[in-house]
Amino acid sequence: MKISQKVFPFFCNLNIKFILQLNHFKGDDIFKLVSALVASSIFLLLGLMVYELVKGSWLSIQTFGLNFIVGTKWDPAVSKVFGALPLILGTLVTSAIALLIGIPISLGVGLALSEYMPKKFGLAVSFLVELLAAVPSVIYGLWGIFVLIPFLRNHVYPYLQTAFGFIPIFSGPIYGGGVLTGGIVLAIMIIPTVSAVMRDLFLTVPNSQREAMIALGATKWETTKTVISYARSGVIGAIILGLARAVGETMAITMVIGNKFQVWPSSLFDAWYTMAAIIANELLEATYDLYISALINVGLVLLFVALIINILARLIVWRTLRFTRGIARE
Amino acid sequence: MDHYKFRVVKNHLVQFLVYLALFLALVPLFSILYEVVVRGFSTISIEFFIKPTPTVGEVGGGVANAIQGTLITIGLASLIGVPIGLMSGIFLSEYGESKLSVVVRFLHDVLMGIPSIVIGVFAYALITLSIGFSVIAAAFALSVIMIPIVTRTTEEALKLVPMSIREAAIALGIPRWKATVTVVFSGAKKAIVTGLLLSIARIAGESAPVLVTMGFWRWWFAGFDRPVANLALDIFIFAMSPFKNWLTLAWGSALVLILLVLGISVAARVLTKGRY
Repeated sequence: MKISQKVFPFFCNLNIKFILQLNHFKGDDIFKLVSALVASSIFLLLGLMVYELVKGSWLSIQTFGLNFIVGTKWDPAVSKVFGALPLILGTLVTSAIALLIGIPISLGVGLALSEYMPKKFGLAVSFLVELLAAVPSVIYGLWGIFVLIPFLRNHVYPYLQTAFGFIPIFSGPIYGGGVLTGGIVLAIMIIPTVSAVMRDLFLTVPNSQREAMIALGATKWETTKTVISYARSGVIGAIILGLARAVGETMAITMVIGNKFQVWPSSLFDAWYTMAAIIANELLEATYDLYISALINVGLVLLFVALIINILARLIVWRTLRFTRGIARE
Repeated sequence: MDHYKFRVVKNHLVQFLVYLALFLALVPLFSILYEVVVRGFSTISIEFFIKPTPTVGEVGGGVANAIQGTLITIGLASLIGVPIGLMSGIFLSEYGESKLSVVVRFLHDVLMGIPSIVIGVFAYALITLSIGFSVIAAAFALSVIMIPIVTRTTEEALKLVPMSIREAAIALGIPRWKATVTVVFSGAKKAIVTGLLLSIARIAGESAPVLVTMGFWRWWFAGFDRPVANLALDIFIFAMSPFKNWLTLAWGSALVLILLVLGISVAARVLTKGRY
């Protein structure tokens, strides 16, 4: 301090506040305030969303209460009773089928891109997988109706039925569209998202893990098993993220599932309905307040299902990524 | 078979399964591209790009009104979504970590995960129920989808700009906000444009929120309180209809939409080649 006072006596005699003021611009405060306010508009937006959906479905909540969630009747024409249980089941079952088909394939793709393929090649194929994620949902639906359904109806389902027909879920008439077709289309749609997250997770696993296994004389697969178990909680998060996408998917599933309101389909080939599909199909045709309110109520249920799944997935993925990245840096 | 051979066989089996999975995942991509290009290409003509949606039974016709409507809707949505997204991104990146920024970032991630149909129902309840089916309601819904994408990509882009560049700018004596808007932004220009392009590609393909907020419209733009036609929604309506002419138009529209969306995505990735 003393030395600096000798060297810069002039500087140190100045009031320090004055120097700070020289560097202080009013525009900065305003700009920061504006950006903070705009960023905080997310609170308003999400709050308004919940408020509007609750307000819109208030009539239905008042009329049916909890019966809306456990009711199995959807009759806008005569008795005007609305129950969404079949829709919730339809959404969950088709999403579960999508996960059963999609997760093993996504895991395989994630491993191929991060562990098995040469790095340059892996990048090029990752690009293709990301393109697949960018294809609009309605085009998956169009392709589903005119390409996938005829293919499944003529070349896959008959054989499936002859092989497994003795199990009830594989019996019954084959229309082409239906529960299984819906699940397959959803699986195709979640594979790009889930496998991209899995690839990123596997790439964050530190090389020391792989080197240690190789040094022990492990085969490629045994090494890869270590990599998977190292990233396992992130893998679970990626799966839940895929589930979130499947639950909210609308257009493609509306176009292939057959849109038939029933509590439980007679087989995997039978038509069914989902929450998103009924909103897309009926909101424009809803003619009276209670009907509109019931459909908005379906939207509210869907919002909560999606919120729970998403928050869970993000917390898990975020924790693993932070954890593994922290170690990779060491 | 001894233990060593068993391990080797298992290793090869897994390798085969991994590549099989990759093959299975890529088959739909090639099938979709092939079918859309082959079936769509035969419907495309000059008429396709200059005529509006044909009425039922009419021969020919095109999707010119849908292209116009899609551009108007995207433009309006960007007008709301881009400024909000950019400012939120600046706040998250430039003003350090605080409790507010952590919560705001988390909420943007949450918003990104809300199904687009639910956002459509939100816009329906908020706007459509009071002023009727309109392009304003659809644009609002699409801007809500856009905001989190723009915010997060802008934040990531600004964070890639080295701190020394900000320090250099401030050392020259310009205010901090000016440093952000001019120096930092131009450093992150490519990545920000990439984010904007990706968000536009995303909303161009959205049809569920458009369906519930403005419905199907066969005519040209007729005012902001009226609906406009939309390419993605047209594909849905045409595909579900029993009319042969509309079915062929569906494939043509799909080709235009996929070229638009994938073209934007590829352009965006080329812009940030170094990062991928």
